[in-house]
Amino acid sequence: MSYKHKDLLGTRELSRDEILFFLDSAKEFKNLNNQSIKKSDNLRGKTVINAFFENSTRTRISFETAAKRLGADAINFSAAQSSTKKGETLIDTIRNMEAMKTDIFVVRHECSGSAEFIAKNTDASIVNGGDGLNEHPTQALLDLFTIRENKGKFEGLNVAIIGDIEHSRVARSNIWAMHKLGINVRLFAPPMMMPHRVEVFECEVAKTMEEALDGVDVIMMLRIQLERQGGAVAFPSGREYSKFFGLNKNRVKLANPNPLIFHPGPINRGVEINSDVADGEHSFVLNQVENGVAVRMAVLDILNKNRG
Amino acid sequence: MKIFIKNATIVNSDKTIQSNILIDGENIAKITDEILEADEVIDATGKFVVPGLIDMHVHFRDPGYEYKDDINSGSEAAVAGGVTTALPMANTNPVNDNAVITRDMIAKAKARGLIDLLPIGAITKKLGGEGITEMGDMTQAGAVAFSDDGLPVSSSDVMRAALEYSNHFGSFVISHCEDCSMCRTGVMHEGKVSAILGLKGMPREKEEIMVSRDMLLAKLTGGHIHIAHVSSAWSLKMIEMAKKEGINVTCEATPHHFTFTDENLMSYDTNFKMSPPLREVSDKEAVRNALKSGLVDVIATDHAPHLDDEKFVEFDKAPFGIIGLQTLVPLSLKLVEEGVISLERMVELTSTNPARILKLNNKGRIKEGYLADIAIIDPNLEYIYDAKLNKSKSINSPLFGKKLKGAAVMTIKSGKIVWNFPNLLI
Ligand SMILES: [Zn+2]
Repeated sequence: MSYKHKDLLGTRELSRDEILFFLDSAKEFKNLNNQSIKKSDNLRGKTVINAFFENSTRTRISFETAAKRLGADAINFSAAQSSTKKGETLIDTIRNMEAMKTDIFVVRHECSGSAEFIAKNTDASIVNGGDGLNEHPTQALLDLFTIRENKGKFEGLNVAIIGDIEHSRVARSNIWAMHKLGINVRLFAPPMMMPHRVEVFECEVAKTMEEALDGVDVIMMLRIQLERQGGAVAFPSGREYSKFFGLNKNRVKLANPNPLIFHPGPINRGVEINSDVADGEHSFVLNQVENGVAVRMAVLDILNKNRG
Repeated sequence: MKIFIKNATIVNSDKTIQSNILIDGENIAKITDEILEADEVIDATGKFVVPGLIDMHVHFRDPGYEYKDDINSGSEAAVAGGVTTALPMANTNPVNDNAVITRDMIAKAKARGLIDLLPIGAITKKLGGEGITEMGDMTQAGAVAFSDDGLPVSSSDVMRAALEYSNHFGSFVISHCEDCSMCRTGVMHEGKVSAILGLKGMPREKEEIMVSRDMLLAKLTGGHIHIAHVSSAWSLKMIEMAKKEGINVTCEATPHHFTFTDENLMSYDTNFKMSPPLREVSDKEAVRNALKSGLVDVIATDHAPHLDDEKFVEFDKAPFGIIGLQTLVPLSLKLVEEGVISLERMVELTSTNPARILKLNNKGRIKEGYLADIAIIDPNLEYIYDAKLNKSKSINSPLFGKKLKGAAVMTIKSGKIVWNFPNLLI
């Protein structure tokens, strides 16, 4: 098992073995992270730039932590201070930073396909840190890592992905990856947050929250991406959302015993998830965050090795 | 000046014959089996001689965006594609919403002398969607139709007035059908591919809603509506119904909509980003069937130049549109080769019907007394469509750098040779 590519752009192109390779590698880094000196020098002397054209504090900190624990020089770039606001093109911005001998870019951008666009036009390695509505592969890998850690397997598990699926790159990356690992994925969303032609994802589609949760092992709640709706008809109210599409303690009981409850954060408390569930015994939200660092260390380490 | 074309396979929309053509001055003087004296003799053995192509939908970006193309480069690209008459849309800067701009555009094209440029005037002032333009004045100045193209008229009442008023001056309205209240920042067709790619989709219904409105307004007014670049099966169904009901409607299809589908977008190539977007196989088939059945009246390119820098960006940020003048012949010939349409039907779609719709009484046929606007097409010529051939200032075509088959190897405009395929001795 290995991964031989320059970039990690999405899970859609990953094989089952490649996914497992990332997860196995992440396990080693998780062990490292549990020691008091959390440091390796695998990326010593290498430069990793977090090129965030779209704001995200938690993903950026997770990647920054990962790069630094591997001994890389991690540099943060965010669009707020960027020249793209002055009219410079995306590729010019990237090529300028590449000229400073950058080895790896972690790219987050509000446009789908932009990580692939950058990857095709630069020699540096690209990690897609979330592009538009397309993919967020490290989020899917950390979700899978957390599932394997707690359930010990993938094959035959039932996962419900609930919420704003249309605008979720997390959902897309998870669906592509989970199918390859033999996980059954069920989707549930308000109709305007469900992708048109959802059948392309080859998932079960539930009609009610109850149906969605029935007998699942993992409940993946998504955030309402109001900023990505592009002027779409907004949902009537948070109250109505929580009533028909939100997760509360009683609804959790419909799932299999000891379900894992995920949320990619940040949570709209009382809308997608009630606080009793968000902070309850089945919530794995903070485990996701912890595992995110290990997974990102694995990704950076593997791409760096591929650079030779 | 006399030109004699011998051994010609003359293709008109109703029949194909083997004969010779004598051009005298601006006109076709004689179609004959005799060999006649001339200043220049062209042997067209193995070639199709067709009436000069009439492209009812181009963007020459002049005035205002001459870095993308201008009337000169647009004219050159046109004749290199066999097109001798072109209708540029009004979304220039300033907008072609008054007779002064219309006259300027025509004068500039005349000075270059390659094609007849027949401007399409704006429906509304500054394409603002509200007050309609001085259509009478503009018609006198040479505007042949009215359209706000990419900024469709949202107000049904304004569209009604446009249909009534243009009709009064013997003109008509071209509609880019799009209900913009459904835009939602869409960048491609809404379907399976957009779901996979996570790109915002534009449903077919966005187009179909506007087609149905415009059919009803044409029914109300009796005005002539021409539906631009039809891209969906249901749009065609409604146009078919309207035609059966006797509503005054014509429509066009573009080569890209009968050649490509949204599947081509899988690599986020911005050269496949266009409006209306490339749709699904079923829509492409519907367009091809409508070309075959006669439902579609015209093939038009929607030649939409954008500088490569503008397309070399994130997919969401790239402008809509591709160039098309120089790929019109190879893509249309491909329909013939694939048995979708006959060669005569191709001539009907690219020349005879546009001439009829535009009431150009001396164009659209190879006929004695008609204007000598002629394209000589080699259906078997294979070549790379690249910088050496490209006459547009822009290269935003998914076919750029690709191998194509079939081309206009010589174009004659009003009796003058205006294009010769490079390095080809005909
Ligand atoms: Zn248009």
